[in-house]
Amino acid sequence: MNLSTIIGKTSKFGIYIAFVLLCVVLAILSPYFFTVKNIINVLNQVSIIGIIAIGATIVLISGGLDLSPGAVVAVAGVMAAHFGHPGEYPLIVPVLVALVTGLVFGMANGVLTAYGKIPPFIVTLGTMTIGRGLALLACDGMQVIDLSDEYISLANSEFLGIPILIVLFALMFAVFQFILTKMRFGRHIYAVGGNETASHVSGLNVNRIKVIVYMLAGALAGFGGLLLSSRTVVGSPIAGQGYELDAIAAAVIGGTSTTGGMGKLTGTIIGALMIQVISNGLDMINVPSYWQQIVKGSIIILAVYIDMRSRNKGNN
Amino acid sequence: MVKDKCILKMEGISKSFPGVKALNNVQFALEAGEVHVLMGENGAGKSTLMKVLAGIYTKDEGSIDLKGREVDFHHPSDSIHAGISMIHQELMPIPHLAVAENIYLGREPLTFVGTVDRKKLESWTTSLFEKLRIEINPWSLMNDLSVAEMQMVEIAKATSWDSDIIIMDEPTSAITEQEVDNLFRIIRQLKAEGTGIIYISHKMDEIFEIGDRITVFRDGEYVDTCRIEGLERSRLISLMVGREIKDIFPKTDCPIGETILKVDEISLPDVFENLSFELKKGEILGISGLMGAGRTELVETLFGIRKKSRGTIFKEGKEIRIEKPSDAIENGLAIVSEDRKEVGLVLKMSVGRNLTLTTLKDYALFGQIMQERSESKSIQEQIEKLIIKTAGDGQLVSTLSGGNQQKVVIGKWLLNNPDILIMDEPTRGIDVAAKAEIHKLICRLACQGKGIILISSELPEIIGMCDRVLVMHEGRITGELDRKDFTQECIMHMATGQCLEE
Ligand SMILES: Nc1ncnc2c1ncn2[C@@H]1O[C@H](COP(=O)(O)OP(=O)(O)OP(=O)(O)O)[C@@H](O)[C@H]1O
Ligand SMILES: [Mg+2]
Repeated sequence: MNLSTIIGKTSKFGIYIAFVLLCVVLAILSPYFFTVKNIINVLNQVSIIGIIAIGATIVLISGGLDLSPGAVVAVAGVMAAHFGHPGEYPLIVPVLVALVTGLVFGMANGVLTAYGKIPPFIVTLGTMTIGRGLALLACDGMQVIDLSDEYISLANSEFLGIPILIVLFALMFAVFQFILTKMRFGRHIYAVGGNETASHVSGLNVNRIKVIVYMLAGALAGFGGLLLSSRTVVGSPIAGQGYELDAIAAAVIGGTSTTGGMGKLTGTIIGALMIQVISNGLDMINVPSYWQQIVKGSIIILAVYIDMRSRNKGNN
Repeated sequence: MVKDKCILKMEGISKSFPGVKALNNVQFALEAGEVHVLMGENGAGKSTLMKVLAGIYTKDEGSIDLKGREVDFHHPSDSIHAGISMIHQELMPIPHLAVAENIYLGREPLTFVGTVDRKKLESWTTSLFEKLRIEINPWSLMNDLSVAEMQMVEIAKATSWDSDIIIMDEPTSAITEQEVDNLFRIIRQLKAEGTGIIYISHKMDEIFEIGDRITVFRDGEYVDTCRIEGLERSRLISLMVGREIKDIFPKTDCPIGETILKVDEISLPDVFENLSFELKKGEILGISGLMGAGRTELVETLFGIRKKSRGTIFKEGKEIRIEKPSDAIENGLAIVSEDRKEVGLVLKMSVGRNLTLTTLKDYALFGQIMQERSESKSIQEQIEKLIIKTAGDGQLVSTLSGGNQQKVVIGKWLLNNPDILIMDEPTRGIDVAAKAEIHKLICRLACQGKGIILISSELPEIIGMCDRVLVMHEGRITGELDRKDFTQECIMHMATGQCLEE
């Protein structure tokens, strides 16, 4: 068996192999890396960005692009926090407020791209900017503090001994994995992203499918915003800065096509973990934070390069 | 064979893809000034061998000898520089560039400041088109061309390199008889200049008209090479398929029932106006015409892909509203479209996923949760029924051979069990055996009482299959003939706009 057949056989697992390699290297460099405590810590930190990355993945698969989730995190967090002061409203109210905020943004993104035929990059760049403004407006530029205990426990409690954020992340993964692989709607998402014309002629309601996809992604970002405000005990208008790019990066590292029609949630999870593990590992081996960013960027490019190469080898 | 006439010799070539051995120790040789036909069933490995020669795939084993020198291509440009150009089976236009820019991509004439010299580009293209007698505006966007026009541009592009060897992978699958005649004129001209041409086609008539020698592949294996002169058709078919095929047009007479579809004064701005026709149960209605006659536009409008400006459609006497494709599907229509890459298939999905795309609801519990077992049962049945050659239903549809992709499109719409089936060039790129199968299938569907509209640029197919034919010319229906009155001449006359009704 020569090298190219080995690469051919492993092509589907390129990114997983890169991830395992990274973990091995970090484990060698720091004995603390492979402890249960650290693993739980990494998972806990990855959860919120992971939830948002699920949304980024379905939007990319459907042939779209969403730059707004970071801003939605901020708006939803601030709005929810307004309804989260002690003794005012039951917990369900801030939860719904966050979700509805996300849905509204998603709907705007979806309607403008699908029916308005405006490129998604432009639409979501616009809603991202609007979102940042709205977040500041909604709290007059001040952080919203004084949150109720239930609100805070949303992201800071444990369920059967596991941090609740990890449980919620796993739950969202399960739900969307089910939608993508087992539901008719999941098939529609892949078809629309793969070939809009063919999907339309096959009788699919392409525009409606796109709008729903953006709304789901919006809801996930809104939910992420709620969890972030709970975890940090404050509704901040500048929360979620850069999350949209981390989410897209996680999806793309995980093998989701930026031109639509292809992608897997399991890949996205690995992608998100990869980004998180890099920061965590670099912290642990005391790499200064300026250097961290440089190293992080390089590793991301390297990982995708390994993945792409092994794929191309598989085809030719 | 004079030795130095041999300009290309491929020997012992093998090539595998995950799950399939596409080529197994095959050989092929080409002389200067000959048209060498490469034939074989869908998936026999013809395109694969040509892509090896064009530097798109790298061979696993074997040697390529080009004019006495051993070569090994790793990149398409290697092959182009060695004097080989290729017209691909799957067209690869760059949609947002103009025709001229597509042809001279990467070798545009430059002005002295380094910008593209548009005047020169235009004059090059115009003189190329003049030589080839092609009438397309050099500045039209590729996007706006029909499949046939794109095909002509590809042909022009391949000849523009002045290559020693030109590979033509099913160049006539999308063009009409007139353009085929023109292409053959070009081929004869190239031949006279000493160019060697490798010609792939599933159309028997063409092969006997233009070919000098023929090489046959079956299932990735080399079968035989022989002169075409004196070769019997039946012998060729049995070389290819490994058995005999009795009848390519197995037309059976089915009872023709009452009207199932009535189209009344339908119009599409700038293309056609006030067209009316009827289709009966059990009837196969052909639509014939030259490229640009508006046939595809007519059926696409009927199906709601294009927006009609006026006109009514009746099914079994009741008016139906078709604004978009899903309306058409709900009313029991199906369309096997002309352009399988853009309209027929989602290339990024697997064979199975494509087959069930229009019928997902049938396998969904509560309309949403996919019952994968019953779905994959239908997929398997369909793959067997249409003899689709695939490594498994999970294979990406883009990696199927062209003919097998076409079968997937047909299979997808048959799963929908339509009452009215529109087929726009359904046997394009399909081998004889499969063609006979599909024709049999069409007849069987008609006998089940379905109405069938068949668009075909192949007159023998229209004449062999249809009960009635409408002939279109420049957006008008210029004639209607019953089966008993069919003749090639008559249809051709009407298609060129000369009405010839007795
Ligand atoms: N990139 C690829 N990946 C996997 N399998 C492939 C790929 N390209 C071709 N094949 C397989 O190789 C076989 C030969 O295909 P090829 O396209 O050469 O057939 P062909 O003789 O040109 O058929 P057709 O007449 O239908 O065009 C087919 O089984 C096809 O599925
Ligand atoms: Mg082929």
